[in-house]
Amino acid sequence: MAQQINPIGHKNHAVDIVLETVFRLYGYDFRNYARASLTRRLEKTINQLEIAEIIDLVPLLFKEPSVYKTLLANMSVTVTSFFRDPEVFKVIREKIVPVLKTYPFVKIWHAGCALGMEPYSMSILLDEENFLNKCQIYSTDFNADSLEKARAAIFDDGNISLYEENYISSGGKGQFSDFITQSYNSFILNKRLHKNVTFSHHNLISDKSFGEMNMVFCRNVLIYFDKQLQNRVLQLLTDSLCHRGYLCLGNRETIEFTSVAEQYEVISPQHKIYRKK
Amino acid sequence: MKYEAIVIGASAGGLKAMMAILGSLNELLPVPVFVAQHRSQQSNNYLEELLNQFGTTRVKEAEDKMPIEKGILYLAPPDYHLLIENKNYMALSLDEPVNYSRPSIDVLFESAAEVYKDKLIGIVLTGANSDGTAGLKEIKSAGGLTIVQDPKTAHVATMPESALTIDPDYVIPLDKMSEFLLTKIFPAKAKKHSAKKKT
Repeated sequence: MAQQINPIGHKNHAVDIVLETVFRLYGYDFRNYARASLTRRLEKTINQLEIAEIIDLVPLLFKEPSVYKTLLANMSVTVTSFFRDPEVFKVIREKIVPVLKTYPFVKIWHAGCALGMEPYSMSILLDEENFLNKCQIYSTDFNADSLEKARAAIFDDGNISLYEENYISSGGKGQFSDFITQSYNSFILNKRLHKNVTFSHHNLISDKSFGEMNMVFCRNVLIYFDKQLQNRVLQLLTDSLCHRGYLCLGNRETIEFTSVAEQYEVISPQHKIYRKK
Repeated sequence: MKYEAIVIGASAGGLKAMMAILGSLNELLPVPVFVAQHRSQQSNNYLEELLNQFGTTRVKEAEDKMPIEKGILYLAPPDYHLLIENKNYMALSLDEPVNYSRPSIDVLFESAAEVYKDKLIGIVLTGANSDGTAGLKEIKSAGGLTIVQDPKTAHVATMPESALTIDPDYVIPLDKMSEFLLTKIFPAKAKKHSAKKKT
């Protein structure tokens, strides 16, 4: 029997073709992103551009680079805040930092740092623990716009009460406002907190491992990748860690179902903190 | 067996409704069940704990790329969307809220419809907004079975009332929901179920 034409089945092919087009024309490889949420992001993109079908993106990607910009912006949407999931930072403060302090110098990598709130949170925490001057915090992202904003360390103050709350729950010893200078509708992080933080471009999908890190954060990045890409990126992160280095994933991410599971011991199953064997 | 998965969406009053359904299921369903229940961002595993006590069905809070197993009820974790990636595993996302909700019922339903097509059952329960309506429509157009809790039996009627606009296949009162699932959809299971009751 001839196969029936089913438009629902065709949507997946259309997504494949769009991703292939993006990769060939612009070099960004979204082909191994988790398909369900990626499809939603493409649907959002076509709604914004007021075009009917996902496949209609293909000719536009050839003709109008602005279409690619819209698509890329939708692909790199991230949720981030200072001391997001504060209990994770509490565990780091109480259990991990005392171990890190036994090293003469510590390198920390935040992979997929978005606007930099996570590395700056770590910087605040380490400053409070009087250890920041012995740490170098590397922060990377594939989105150049995010990196530029992160470097400036200026943030909208709309969510400042949330940051304050998070900071307190993370075991903060003072107030969040001790670390910032407010003006109008924004605040800037105090200078000493960015001294040891660097921002640079790194693409987890196409770039190589990052050197001998004592701790790697990669939180809520892997959820956007399919299993195959997750395994590849987790291997890259593992290669970037020194012997007995720590890996910290997002609260609902786990190495349990991945190919690197055997290479780690679980330090905090609830907070997804692992240590390389 | 025709159906391969069930998706359930619930909001205000959903915990009680879920327990009513699970409480009267005496054995595991032969399919996975995915639940998007609106919960506050701070809530811990209370739902998981309670459901574990009540239902004999095993309950898990979903983690990213968790393998899908039959007979298990997977809950969307608070503040994450739950999506069905393929028939082998699920995925989570932190994309923006849909219908002011994360997890969003529409996000779960639409991704499940894409994967399971006409082998999916979608159920909209009690709730105070219209999340789930668009998703149920998607399930219907993919050929799946659509069920809405009778709004008269709902703690808050808004969500099931909204879902009625897509003209679902069945409108079922809460206390008949599990019986309906067993007798109409899993007749083989229903036989065992009623046999057990008689003894």
